[in-house]
Amino acid sequence: MSDLFEVSDLRLSLPDMARKPLLGAAPRIDILKGLSFSIAKGEILGIVGGSGSGKSTLGRAMVRLLRPTGGTVRFDGLDITHLSEAEVRPLRRRFQMIFQDPMSSLNPRHRVGQIIGAPLRLHGVEGVQALALQALDQVGLPRDFARRYPQELSGGQRQRVGIARAIALKADFILADEIVSGLDVSSQAQVLNLLEALVMDLGLTLAFISHDLSVIRRLCTRVMVLHHGKIVENAPVDEVFSRPKSTYTQELLDAIPLPDPDQPWI
Amino acid sequence: MSYLQIRHLSARLVGAKDRLLRDVSLTVERGQVHGLVGESGAGKSMIGKAVLGILPQSVEIVEGSIELDGVDLLQLSAAERRRRIGAHCALIPQDPLTALNPSRRIGPQITDRLVQILGWDRTRAETRAVQILGEVQIEDAARVLRSYPHELSGGMRQRILIASAFAAEPKLIVADEPTTALDVTVQKQILKLIAQMQARHGTALLFVTHDLGVVSKVCRSLSVLYGGMVVEDTAVRPFFAGPQHPYARALLAATPKYTDPLASLQPVPDAVIAQVRQEVKASDKGWFHV
Amino acid sequence: MAEGRGQITRRAGLRLWLAGLWLTALVLAALLAPWIAPKDPLAQDLFLGRLPPFWVAGAEPGFLLGTDSLGRDVLSRILYGARIALVVAVVAGSLTCLIGATLGLLAGFLRGWVDTVISRLIEIWMAFPPVLFSILLIAVIGPGLSSIIIAIVVIDWTRFARVVRAEAMAQGAMDYVASAQVAGRRRGSTMWVEILPNVLPTIVVLLTLEMGIAVIVEAILSFVNLSISTDDPTWGGMIAEGRSSIHHAWWVIVFPLITLFLTVLSFSQLGEGLKDRFDPVLR
Repeated sequence: MSDLFEVSDLRLSLPDMARKPLLGAAPRIDILKGLSFSIAKGEILGIVGGSGSGKSTLGRAMVRLLRPTGGTVRFDGLDITHLSEAEVRPLRRRFQMIFQDPMSSLNPRHRVGQIIGAPLRLHGVEGVQALALQALDQVGLPRDFARRYPQELSGGQRQRVGIARAIALKADFILADEIVSGLDVSSQAQVLNLLEALVMDLGLTLAFISHDLSVIRRLCTRVMVLHHGKIVENAPVDEVFSRPKSTYTQELLDAIPLPDPDQPWI
Repeated sequence: MSYLQIRHLSARLVGAKDRLLRDVSLTVERGQVHGLVGESGAGKSMIGKAVLGILPQSVEIVEGSIELDGVDLLQLSAAERRRRIGAHCALIPQDPLTALNPSRRIGPQITDRLVQILGWDRTRAETRAVQILGEVQIEDAARVLRSYPHELSGGMRQRILIASAFAAEPKLIVADEPTTALDVTVQKQILKLIAQMQARHGTALLFVTHDLGVVSKVCRSLSVLYGGMVVEDTAVRPFFAGPQHPYARALLAATPKYTDPLASLQPVPDAVIAQVRQEVKASDKGWFHV
Repeated sequence: MAEGRGQITRRAGLRLWLAGLWLTALVLAALLAPWIAPKDPLAQDLFLGRLPPFWVAGAEPGFLLGTDSLGRDVLSRILYGARIALVVAVVAGSLTCLIGATLGLLAGFLRGWVDTVISRLIEIWMAFPPVLFSILLIAVIGPGLSSIIIAIVVIDWTRFARVVRAEAMAQGAMDYVASAQVAGRRRGSTMWVEILPNVLPTIVVLLTLEMGIAVIVEAILSFVNLSISTDDPTWGGMIAEGRSSIHHAWWVIVFPLITLFLTVLSFSQLGEGLKDRFDPVLR
């Protein structure tokens, strides 16, 4: 199996506007402090960490919503680290993203059909409407949803629209950023099942960012744990859960409240 | 002995036909922790708000009683109800970032209630504030009391809100999803802290959450809600050994459990949803109210 | 929640209807003034000066709302005045909106140096006292309809620019903008296709408010005699003239005032009503 993503020594810092002096540049905060890893084709990589671990920033740097300050990101052998937006644009149909908040990531004034069809139209694909309806089928939503507005849908349905938009282009790689954390447990399970089935059917490679190790265990083949912008663990899922190498991973595991009154906890 | 007893409570939007709360009955024993569990829209927060008398104006209670220590709050005058709730109840809110007034120092935000509702004098209230902050492991209480909220970390603010809730020695605290916004590691610390404070002060706690994992850690008993209706009301141990109601059983099976990845995170079957919706509808049959 | 929202929409419906009714009547009055006005608005007859409206003793038939000190028919002058008021409202309002909203959208969405330039410009602009500014402007380019319109645009575009900039900035931070980028949409296209529809309701409300404000500004300038020639019937001019005879001929000032008030109110209600009615997010 070859690697779809190769990331080496990835660094990213952002200006700290809160401490910006009146004149001159703001001091920079390091968010990602030299990350190296790769994602093999067909793999489901879980990226886990607490708030401020840099997991969302990492995701956005990989799909080039953010520009890394150092290191390299290779997508299918091609160095995309410093490509300009115009140079990245033709590649975008190969890597898509599903966002955390299905409310703010779906334009409230566009209908569902428009939302799913937009990426297809932008990349000049033929038969936009048919493909958009097919994507609705694939995520298990009725076709007449194409005429609805996002706010007429439930949280779980909205997140399915987000998934439909990401798969409509038949991308090779999908980044899912905390996509079930805002959902109720019942829709959570449905969305995870759907995602798992789609990965199998469409031969996708998936990076799944989450703060919830339980969800990662259910879906992923490999887990990468981030802590303060560094990788503290990167191993197959069974290994991480049975023999975590880092104390931080152990800490995370111990903190999860299992639905079981007998778990020693407090 | 029960401290809070809710009987046949129904509420709806003013002027609407459908109810938001459907014939809710539940009991919180003195000094015990009772969990209110359900998915979004199940009405769990609304029950907490009804107890504290802070329902939005668009919601009206149409039936039932909320007895606090044997006195039905709904039969009291508005002023008397406010006084009674203020003296005996408190809230631990969900969002530590917005629950404190950003333009006032911490000190008065804790002591105001003691002075205004309980009629303490300022010195006594301030002494109490320092003492209660000590209980939630805030060391330099004097400095914290003089700080503004934005000068403190999120975890610190959540501690302050917990301290503030316990400051007046309430008999009942409503905790409304107090750890939902937090990382698991911080959540654990905060839950431990709430449990410790609750045990030390012997406070009854109505714990609103969507997370059955959290319930299994802090609660003694629980009510599972769907569509504003209590579908199961039981003690924690028998519940986790095997819920009676199919919806409650499905909810437990949907809850993530990393030690058992295959048996957990099961989607709630459509048939179960259909059945519980049917029950909700059936409960509306016998309900006529103009 | 849905139920409560429904009630608000129903009230908004009534509001929209009343405002629309008044404004439609006004547009018709402006268009049809030569045919429906009972008298020539400029015809003076000193023997018929200060006639009261029809229900007061001493009224003459044919002068429904009475006459002013020069014997001109108040109703006819109000009907003709609607022409100038509406032209100013629509033209000045739209131009102000177009310029201000475009600059605001560019600044708020593109950020960077574009934002810096436009924001500084707004700040400097707003430091000028507006009334003095407009009087100065008209003094330089001379009175007339187009001067009034230019004065309003020049003063008020900042109102649009500021609000639209803030709104575009808030919308720009939403994930649907990031997702448009992931989909491969260009920045410029994102601004028009993704951001604009979400800022549009705000723009519509501002636009209708601005139309009301334009009517008021025109009246104020007429009042201080900086508008069009004093003969032409304008509401502001009528109010200014009526002021001198307020004690013995109240109708000369009161009817134009009521018309002005209802018109400005209708414009603002129209905006709110349209937003509540046609915005898919609120609906």
